[in-house]
Amino acid sequence: MRRIAAPALIFAAIALVPLLPLGGERGLVLLLIARAMVFGLAALSLDVLLGLGGMVSFGHAAYLAIGAYAVAILDANNISEALIVVPIAMLASAAFATATGAVALRTRGVNFIMITLAFAQMLFFALGSLSSYGGDDGYTLYDRTELLGRPVLKGLGHYYVCLGFLVLAYVFCRVLAASRFGRVLRAARQNEERVESLGYRVLAYRLAAMAIGAALCGLAGVLLVNGAEFASPSYGTWQRSGELLVMVILGGAGSLHGALLGAGAVVLLEEGLGRLTEHWRLIFGPLLVLSVLYFRGGLAGICPTWIKRVRK
Amino acid sequence: MALFLVQALNGLQLGLLLFLIAAGLTLIFGVMDFINLAHGVQYMIGAYFGVMFAGLTGNFWAGLVLACLAAGALGLGLERLLFRHLYRRSHLEQVLATFGVILTLTEAARTIWGPAPLQLKMPEILDGSFQLMDGLRYPVYRLFLIVASLAVAGLLAWAVNRTRAGMLIRAGASNAAMVEALGVDIGRLFALVFGIGAMLAGFAGVLAAPLVAVEPSMGDNLLILAFVVIVVGGIGSIRGAFVAALLIGLVDTLGRLLVSDLARAALGASGAARLGPAVASMLIYLLMALVLAIRPAGLFPSPGART
Repeated sequence: MRRIAAPALIFAAIALVPLLPLGGERGLVLLLIARAMVFGLAALSLDVLLGLGGMVSFGHAAYLAIGAYAVAILDANNISEALIVVPIAMLASAAFATATGAVALRTRGVNFIMITLAFAQMLFFALGSLSSYGGDDGYTLYDRTELLGRPVLKGLGHYYVCLGFLVLAYVFCRVLAASRFGRVLRAARQNEERVESLGYRVLAYRLAAMAIGAALCGLAGVLLVNGAEFASPSYGTWQRSGELLVMVILGGAGSLHGALLGAGAVVLLEEGLGRLTEHWRLIFGPLLVLSVLYFRGGLAGICPTWIKRVRK
Repeated sequence: MALFLVQALNGLQLGLLLFLIAAGLTLIFGVMDFINLAHGVQYMIGAYFGVMFAGLTGNFWAGLVLACLAAGALGLGLERLLFRHLYRRSHLEQVLATFGVILTLTEAARTIWGPAPLQLKMPEILDGSFQLMDGLRYPVYRLFLIVASLAVAGLLAWAVNRTRAGMLIRAGASNAAMVEALGVDIGRLFALVFGIGAMLAGFAGVLAAPLVAVEPSMGDNLLILAFVVIVVGGIGSIRGAFVAALLIGLVDTLGRLLVSDLARAALGASGAARLGPAVASMLIYLLMALVLAIRPAGLFPSPGART
């Protein structure tokens, strides 16, 4: 029960924020939370690979970019219907993950990190060459994605659609983690040979996990581009992939809600420290280092420790 | 033909520069099993040190020596204060912590030296060009860069293969625990490897400084290229890093030439202008994916390396 209570509380709090009397800062606060939710979804999808499957993907931002460009390319062809755009974005991401994953999963450890990076870099340069969609400069959407002709992604709609997808994705990932599929993945992370010898094809499970994570991240890309009304290759830079990794690790890899906490912390810290000083990275960088040295297990790991201390 | 020759020399020069950075990275990874994302930042700081010390002393060579020493000292300081506590942690935690170091040092450089790119003036004796062949001149400084990098690479090869410390480093790269069990002070060995790596990266930074804009983000892309080099070469292998660095340098520069020619032949001028640069930028990553798909441990996997 407690394991459901914490995330449920977070989601309820996010749902209630627009009802608060926020005054002049209202628009900014809602935009910021929506951004945190989108990156929360992306980080969650990375945690499926990293936490469940033990696969450190350094190219996860590629799927954000694929989702974003699916919206942009369809938009340029006058298609902005969510029932078409969203499945295509998710399928395209999953297809890219399956094709590259089949090669990448031949390698282990740091080589896997680097080969996923290599594929993401290839995609990054390929997107920059799409001159009919703006090339390096990016592409501005004519219109946001609509559902059956209704502009559901405008204003507060975007906020609640983000929240809805985030909750759905979170529940889906929890179910996935608890299922036989999730248990096989976690077992393979600990001892691949043993799971193989039990008759499971570990490679197929990992590939499926990559495709699922990629599809969810493609969805995050759709939401991201709809918030910005702008798609550019910079969504897929390796720095962005690194940032997603930071969110997951900072939150605590493998716990799923940790990824959400990590994404929220990074987005809010960036904004908060950015207001404090233009050199906010001088504070943020050491914070990251200290969090590794002293908070093992990430944000998701600290909260239970505090609860235990208070109970004593 | 002349263009080809110039590009081949440029590729050689890029490859050697990459080797200087990748050599430290591959040693640090091979011996300490430590992913140091901050290695590119050490190259950037080296370039800034070069600008600063050359400005203070008014002499390029004094600046070069002082910058190398300072870069090595900075590396040793980081190792003692922080990295040493991360060796036994998971790769993920190392990635997070060193990412934090990247953010901190990049921003520190931006705060201290400003966001605008700086320029390091090359020494007058190397400023100019010489006749390579008929109607073809090549800058002296680039040739100096090639010679200096080759000399340092040779020195490194000698040190690693012929000296006692080098023997311990090689032993550490194949089995650090065994070296420790044999009574070697592993902490000092690690510090030595780190200091050498930091100095090489700093040296590369100063050498590159007169040719590129010295700016806080100059290390970012080189870090990725250096990682490509060590993964293609096989982690922990100096020889692999050398071969892979030259390969990557040549493929990147000559590939750009070749791809744009091929694209022009196949697609016409407008298509080539569109597709050429993208395909050319992709080449090294294609090469890396190809190498890893065929040889998952790289070209020269070091025996007993933990990948």
